Amino acid sequence: MLALLLILIPLVTGVAAFFIKNEKVVKSWALLSAVVALGISLATLYYTDTTHLTFTKEWLPDLGSSFSVGLDGMGKMLTLLTAIAFPIIFISTKHSTYKDANQFYGLMLLSQAGLMGVFLSTDLLLFYFFWELALVPAYFLCSKWGGEKRISVTFKFFIYTFLGSLIMLIGILYLYILNPEKSFALQSIYKMTLNNRAQDILFWMFFLAFAIKMPIFPFHTWQPDTYEQSPTATTMVLSGIMVKMGLFAVVRWLLPVFPHAARGFDNIIIGLSVTGMIYASCIAIVQDDLKRLVAYSSIAHIGLMSAALFAGKANGVQGVMVQMFNHGINIIGLWIVIELTERQFGTRKMSELGGLAQKAPALAILLVIVALANVALPLTNGFVGEFLMFTGLYQFNVWYTVVAGLSIILAAIYTLNMIQKVFYGNTNALTEQAVDIRLNEKLVLSVLVILIFAMGVYPKPIIELTQASVNSLVSVFK
Amino acid sequence: MPINYYIFLALALFCIGVAGVLTRRNAIIIFMCIELMLNAVNLLLVAFSKMHHLDVMQTNPATTVGTDAQLFVFFIMVVAAAEVSVGLAIIVMMYRNTHSIDINFLNRLKH
Amino acid sequence: MSNILEYIWLVPLFPLIGFLINGLGRNYLSKTFVSIIGCGVLLASFAASVYFFMSVKSGNSEVVHLFDFISTNSINIPFEFQADALSSLFLLIITGVGFLIHLYSTAYMHEESSTHFARYFAYLNLFVFSMLLLVLGGNYVIMFIGWEGVGLCSYLLIGYWFKNTDYNNAAKKAFIMNRIGDLGFLLAVFWMIQQFNSVSFGEVFAKSPQASVAVLTGITLLLFVGATGKSAQIPLYTWLPDAMAGPTPVSALIHAATMVTAGIYMIARSNVMYTLAPTTQTVVAVVGLATAIFAATIAIKQNDIKKVLAYSTVSQLGYMFLGLGVGAYTGAVFHVMTHAFFKALLFLGAGSVIHAMHHEQDIRNMGGLRKKLPITHLTFLLGCIAIAGIPPFSGFFSKDEILAAAYEANPVYWIIGVAGAMMTAFYMFRLYATTFLGSFRGTQEKEHHLHESPAAMTIPLIVLAILAVVGGFVGIPKVFAENAHSLEHFLSPIFAQSEELVKKEHALDHTKEIGLMAASVILALIAISYALNRFSKKPELKEAEGFGKILANKLYVDEMYDAIIGKPLKAISAFFNNVIEKAGIDGFVNGIGDGVQYASRQLRLLQSGQVGSYILLMVIGIIILFIIQLFVQ
Repeated sequence: MLALLLILIPLVTGVAAFFIKNEKVVKSWALLSAVVALGISLATLYYTDTTHLTFTKEWLPDLGSSFSVGLDGMGKMLTLLTAIAFPIIFISTKHSTYKDANQFYGLMLLSQAGLMGVFLSTDLLLFYFFWELALVPAYFLCSKWGGEKRISVTFKFFIYTFLGSLIMLIGILYLYILNPEKSFALQSIYKMTLNNRAQDILFWMFFLAFAIKMPIFPFHTWQPDTYEQSPTATTMVLSGIMVKMGLFAVVRWLLPVFPHAARGFDNIIIGLSVTGMIYASCIAIVQDDLKRLVAYSSIAHIGLMSAALFAGKANGVQGVMVQMFNHGINIIGLWIVIELTERQFGTRKMSELGGLAQKAPALAILLVIVALANVALPLTNGFVGEFLMFTGLYQFNVWYTVVAGLSIILAAIYTLNMIQKVFYGNTNALTEQAVDIRLNEKLVLSVLVILIFAMGVYPKPIIELTQASVNSLVSVFK
Repeated sequence: MPINYYIFLALALFCIGVAGVLTRRNAIIIFMCIELMLNAVNLLLVAFSKMHHLDVMQTNPATTVGTDAQLFVFFIMVVAAAEVSVGLAIIVMMYRNTHSIDINFLNRLKH
Repeated sequence: MSNILEYIWLVPLFPLIGFLINGLGRNYLSKTFVSIIGCGVLLASFAASVYFFMSVKSGNSEVVHLFDFISTNSINIPFEFQADALSSLFLLIITGVGFLIHLYSTAYMHEESSTHFARYFAYLNLFVFSMLLLVLGGNYVIMFIGWEGVGLCSYLLIGYWFKNTDYNNAAKKAFIMNRIGDLGFLLAVFWMIQQFNSVSFGEVFAKSPQASVAVLTGITLLLFVGATGKSAQIPLYTWLPDAMAGPTPVSALIHAATMVTAGIYMIARSNVMYTLAPTTQTVVAVVGLATAIFAATIAIKQNDIKKVLAYSTVSQLGYMFLGLGVGAYTGAVFHVMTHAFFKALLFLGAGSVIHAMHHEQDIRNMGGLRKKLPITHLTFLLGCIAIAGIPPFSGFFSKDEILAAAYEANPVYWIIGVAGAMMTAFYMFRLYATTFLGSFRGTQEKEHHLHESPAAMTIPLIVLAILAVVGGFVGIPKVFAENAHSLEHFLSPIFAQSEELVKKEHALDHTKEIGLMAASVILALIAISYALNRFSKKPELKEAEGFGKILANKLYVDEMYDAIIGKPLKAISAFFNNVIEKAGIDGFVNGIGDGVQYASRQLRLLQSGQVGSYILLMVIGIIILFIIQLFVQ
């Protein structure tokens, strides 16, 4: 029942938000909804019984599809991430103004509902439904409230992801036809034994959709543009949570269903991921726009996650689980800092900023901490995940690890460049009048920083939460 | 009479209709050509109906077997009549607006 | 009753508390309060270290398990501390020297505003915390936490004056160079996990003898890559001289006494693996020796007081690696200790000079400071004698122990080592003579303002000078007195396993050893007297020419790195960004879109708007269908 609430609350409040014309009221309404969802998500951590965590209702009985949702360890973690992210986004954008705020917040809540649905559904058709539900609000959010080039960019984003989704839909139908039970239910699909040829074809049909969503090289070109042009609140959703949909879907719907194909193509995919890591890290070095820099850094991180996932070693997969959560936290932190900078100075170009550490020390300190977590400094949350992922990758193949390891160095280069150009040095005409951040922004960032250190020093809870998911996935590879 | 004669007649009528529609620019004439094509089809329908059910009809003149096609013809005639009335109304409106019934004036479909 | 060493976590806890108080309260606390907190936590830490050291000295040791850090179902990495002879000795050095430098800083940094003053002490405390984690860590991952932590603090402190872009670049360079080494360290850790399924020291060393030599060579070489980054060895040493951009006490603490010795600590800690991998040992010895001589030659022509000391540090670290490479682990650790004393002393002395000269660092503008700064002068001189290796000062004993071991391994090592030692004596006394002897060469106004530093700065100098003089007596070699090498006795449990593996008999007979000592001391004395003669009256003021110019420009290593790595990396990044990303992948994606649009535009022409043409097309279509129907079947 709790699982259902996680979807229903943002869905209902999101629809309701469209009818609240007052901007202040709708902001509080959205925040209230997000906080309630967070409360429920926290509550799910205490339950282990199926009555609280699953919900099934007939939906399309003739097709063998039902409205069934459920939470396992990984699902709990990702719904918790979603539930944490939205209040943080709403609080940090409290001072940003949006035209037609009711629509903006309504769409944000709807996309939350879609995301929750993706992480919760245990029926393939339902999963597809939510997969699209999460995409459509994001499209409208970008195309209405985005930057100058938003129309062409969001069009590209939509076509890109929709192409993947449609191919996946064909794959879903093919899988359904092959299923002797004629059912979309997760358990029924897990029981299927597919021949190798069918696995190979279906694997790519599904993987393409997930690869575009993550995104991994070379399917990534929608991402920097979209991140750059979207309103930052939407970018946070896209990069913090929506990219996790791709990884999550690989764990839930791809690897256990097509184990043979996954083993057969592991070198191709890990090769692509590792190439993408170095490639994206190099590109990040020459970016001047903060948003694009973070976008490319995110591609590099996702590359490591997908490489470790397909390597299929217990440590690596465990690292992916940890990192999925932590990457969400870190990157949202980075976006908040960028949003605050842009709101104050009207630019995201590093070459136009400088010397902010003198004027806004609190912002500088918080950014440095978040950025260091992003480069996986020990005792921050980024380290635990990356360490485990590299360990897993190393057990798969040494040379991939060595090449991927270079990204550690490259990450240090572009991160320190960013810190230096934005915060150090002397102030210029633009940053001369800078003021430090507000209390609510400090508070949000402090919460993130506390999470960063808590997860970095004592990652045991999150490891234990996801251990069962890791075990079942790793057994597939054996 | 062999069925071939009917088919050739209908084909000729239909081709005349098609040629008329393609070559003429006067809307009224085009209309008439469309009617010609419809009637060619009607003719064929009746002819084939008669051919298929010839034996039954000869043994039992009161039978209703084989009237389906002829009913179709009535349908087509009714629809054609309705179409003509609507079509003529359009042509009248067109004449009022453009003082012409040349269909090349109506190339606005492009935009 | 549980072991008293269970409480060893108190030692790093104090600096952490200091960091939190100073860091969070930087806007509210007065400078006095910050100083008290900053130094107080170090003193508490030092007191605790002494207590634990005494406990260890009586034969106690313990692996303290605090909590599970990373524990999955395939590997368990606990947060554990290793309390034994090696770590407790390093605790003493770090907290002891660290406390003196904190005390010194209260006076040195007094001109800073109170916010920045607190920030400085917060960083300093954080550094000590990280360094303590590094040496206390009971496995390689905890060590790595400290390892990266000190790198971070070094970055923060080098770039402490963050308005200056050069300083920021130096800080960035230090961090990135360290990261390159860290990658090697990490790969070694991954390899260990694969090989031993553990990273805890005890388990790894116990399983090492069963592992193949090739694996151990690989792991140790990768660890050594990490050490070259942190301890500034060829090829990753270039960050250390640039790191002198930070405040001088920082250079003393981080870039001389503690952080840079992390590599030596790590190898000494992993001595079992290194002893089992003789190839790596040779590499370590050769790299160490090469660095020692290379840095010493560069130091001869430097004119910045701190740069000379920086290259001297690189060179001395080279000696320590030479010691590690030839299996003289005790000697290397001994040299870490004595070096911490005299190099901290020299840096603080230099700081005192810079303080007096109002941030003038070029020795060509100094001279004759002997009279104006008597305490600084005396202590600096003692430091110079100690580093030159003149008996009975501390540097003599530790350096000689390394050189003796090097002679046993290969006499060529000894010859090059002594040549380096001669150069060390030469450039140190060149520095001393140019700075303190002769007459003052600065402006009148500057001479007027010359003054001896306050007590908070001179007391640490005096304490360190005493230590630099007598510190060597804990390791008197066998030639002089049997069983007088108390350090060796103290550290023996750490290196016992290695010694068992090697089982070498003492090949060097006593007369030969004394002969070698005498030779190196005499050569050093010659170098000293030559330097004093040459530079006290006529200091080298002109720009260097010829080979000297190449030396003064640090052999153009920085420029070479930039040409080999820096520029190509930028070029490749730009290539990726402009060509592959924009023209290649994005071009392909957009090309599909453009192609669809183009095809649509062409097809659109069919829609002429003429009803007649539509009908014609329709008829043609029907005819085609008929034809297909008729002929295809």
